[in-house]
Amino acid sequence: MTTFVELLVNGLSIGAVYALIALGFVIIFKATEVVNFAHASLLLAGGYLVARLWPLIGFWAALLAGILAAALVAAAIEFLVIRRANVASHSVLAIVTIGVDIVLTTELTRQIGTDVLAMGDPWGSQVMRFGGVTIAETRIVALVTAALLITAFLLAFKYTGWGVAMRAAAEDAETASLMGIRLGRVSMSAWAVAGALAAVAALFLCVFPTPGLDRSTSLVALKAFPAAILGGLDSTTGALVGGLIIGVTESMMSGYQNDMAFLGRGIGDVAPFLVMLVILLIRPAGLFGTKELARV
Amino acid sequence: MYRYLAWTGVVVVLALVPFYLDGFWLQTGLFAMSAAIGAIGINLLTGATGQLSMGHAFFLAVGAYSYVFFSAEPTAKLSGLGLPTGVAVVLAVLTAGIAGGLFSPIAGRLKGAYLGIATFALIFGGQHVLFNAEHLTGGFNGRAVPELNLFGFSFGDTPSLIVLQVPFGTLERLWFLGLVLVALSMVFAQGVLKGRPGRAMNTIRDHEIAAGVMGVPVARYRAGVFVLSSMYGGLAGVLLALVFQRTVPEYFGVLLSLDYLAMIVIGGLGSVGGAVVGALFVSLLPQLLTKYSDAIPLVAVPGTPGGVSPAEAARILYGAAVVTVVLFLPGGLLGLFRKIRLRPPRLRLPLSTPSPSESRSPHVP
Repeated sequence: MTTFVELLVNGLSIGAVYALIALGFVIIFKATEVVNFAHASLLLAGGYLVARLWPLIGFWAALLAGILAAALVAAAIEFLVIRRANVASHSVLAIVTIGVDIVLTTELTRQIGTDVLAMGDPWGSQVMRFGGVTIAETRIVALVTAALLITAFLLAFKYTGWGVAMRAAAEDAETASLMGIRLGRVSMSAWAVAGALAAVAALFLCVFPTPGLDRSTSLVALKAFPAAILGGLDSTTGALVGGLIIGVTESMMSGYQNDMAFLGRGIGDVAPFLVMLVILLIRPAGLFGTKELARV
Repeated sequence: MYRYLAWTGVVVVLALVPFYLDGFWLQTGLFAMSAAIGAIGINLLTGATGQLSMGHAFFLAVGAYSYVFFSAEPTAKLSGLGLPTGVAVVLAVLTAGIAGGLFSPIAGRLKGAYLGIATFALIFGGQHVLFNAEHLTGGFNGRAVPELNLFGFSFGDTPSLIVLQVPFGTLERLWFLGLVLVALSMVFAQGVLKGRPGRAMNTIRDHEIAAGVMGVPVARYRAGVFVLSSMYGGLAGVLLALVFQRTVPEYFGVLLSLDYLAMIVIGGLGSVGGAVVGALFVSLLPQLLTKYSDAIPLVAVPGTPGGVSPAEAARILYGAAVVTVVLFLPGGLLGLFRKIRLRPPRLRLPLSTPSPSESRSPHVP
């Protein structure tokens, strides 16, 4: 039972981090209809800066710098590439982001080399005990931070002028632009916010119990893709639920993998993708995605 | 007329290559041929039908491993069927097709980028199986690939064969097989694209609803193209296995799938020629950079610290090429060649009024 609770809390915590990544992914999709395959490299960029800067300027300043840098990189991608590509199909735009991803990830993994970079976070490897249940402090912080950020984002999305502009642009870009909403600014800010969220997620993907940031971190970040898509690419609620489902599945499958030895080693890494396939079979647009209706 | 002359020239040059170039270039060329076959397959799917697939590497793996499984003699640790190798090739391609068919409930229903993310599952699931099903795949270390033997002719180093004073080993023999396979793949795909199915596929890409209204069974076509593209992937995998002479699971990862997408964008989406040009570009670039790394600034000689290794430089270059092509060269490299080739006749006929589509882009960048 204690194992179960530990796994569940860890799963929820890592799920909340996936939800952060997936949320950024969904924001970009809503604002620009681009499926951003460069998301993992944004995350890597943010995480890398934090890991490199904290010995110089301290953890909190480094975190801030990492978040800002990831937001800047994301905004730059939007401004330099996405805005300028005049292509008929959104699939092609998705492939462009793959090109960006190849460039960024190759350069960053080259910089990282074979190192495992510590994040310099103040929580270290301390654990908290509730009854018989032991949970790493980092997991709690991750859960709380992700919850706060997501709540703040959803409130902003609903009540601020920026949020209204974003929703209007997603609903009907042409009308929104006639109403005086600057579409360029909306989509650039969407990319920037997504980049910032990814940088925060990078921090929590690389702290205890993970050894640190290394070249495989971007592969870990790929698990947020199934999170986004099983919830529905155009649904913020979907990103949250998807993230939690993926996190808990992964944690449970890894935790109990000795009981499921027939499935092979490392089933925890594959399980998120299998869950995604099952859900897509039943609901092709994801759990909360709007089923596309077309009028001709 | 000029077209046939040009094609004859290309064929003659390609047939002469093994007589002049050494093993390194032959191997590079064979990898490029395998990539070309795979890229044609994914271009049918992504370029012509608009379905994004990140799972192409999985089908290469299915092709490569099932060839080994069907052709290898069973041993204590590894199972195999020991079938004639020619039969094994056909069965391997069919197996890749079946694997694509099993995915069709997803491939038929999802479209575009949704499918792209869903096919990530193939890569990760596939690698999981490759690493864990050790009696089939040899696990982490992979399996040795039996050499191909067609109608009594062996595509290996023995028995020794000398043609025009050039010793013909595995690579030289496979070179010609590769050329034939690429040619057949090109002709078949061209037939698909030029005919009724190709038009249906393009209509699905451009306007799904219009396609449905005109009587194209959209889901069935999507699933069908997915199967066809995975069979191309399987054939590419078989050729790759024959050249590598060993299959290793790590190779068939996300990066390989991304390479294939890069190929078709760089070469030109939706056409057979584009796929081949892109495949050449993406698979020759790293080898060229490796070979001449000491002469190129900023690129480090492999094994020395500092600087960008040739493999990394190649990845950065073609990642940037993908972005550049989409921004500045719609139509890819093939589109650029066509534009250049179209120019002289227009210059020679100043009196003819240019059609609006031509006058829009008078300058070739």
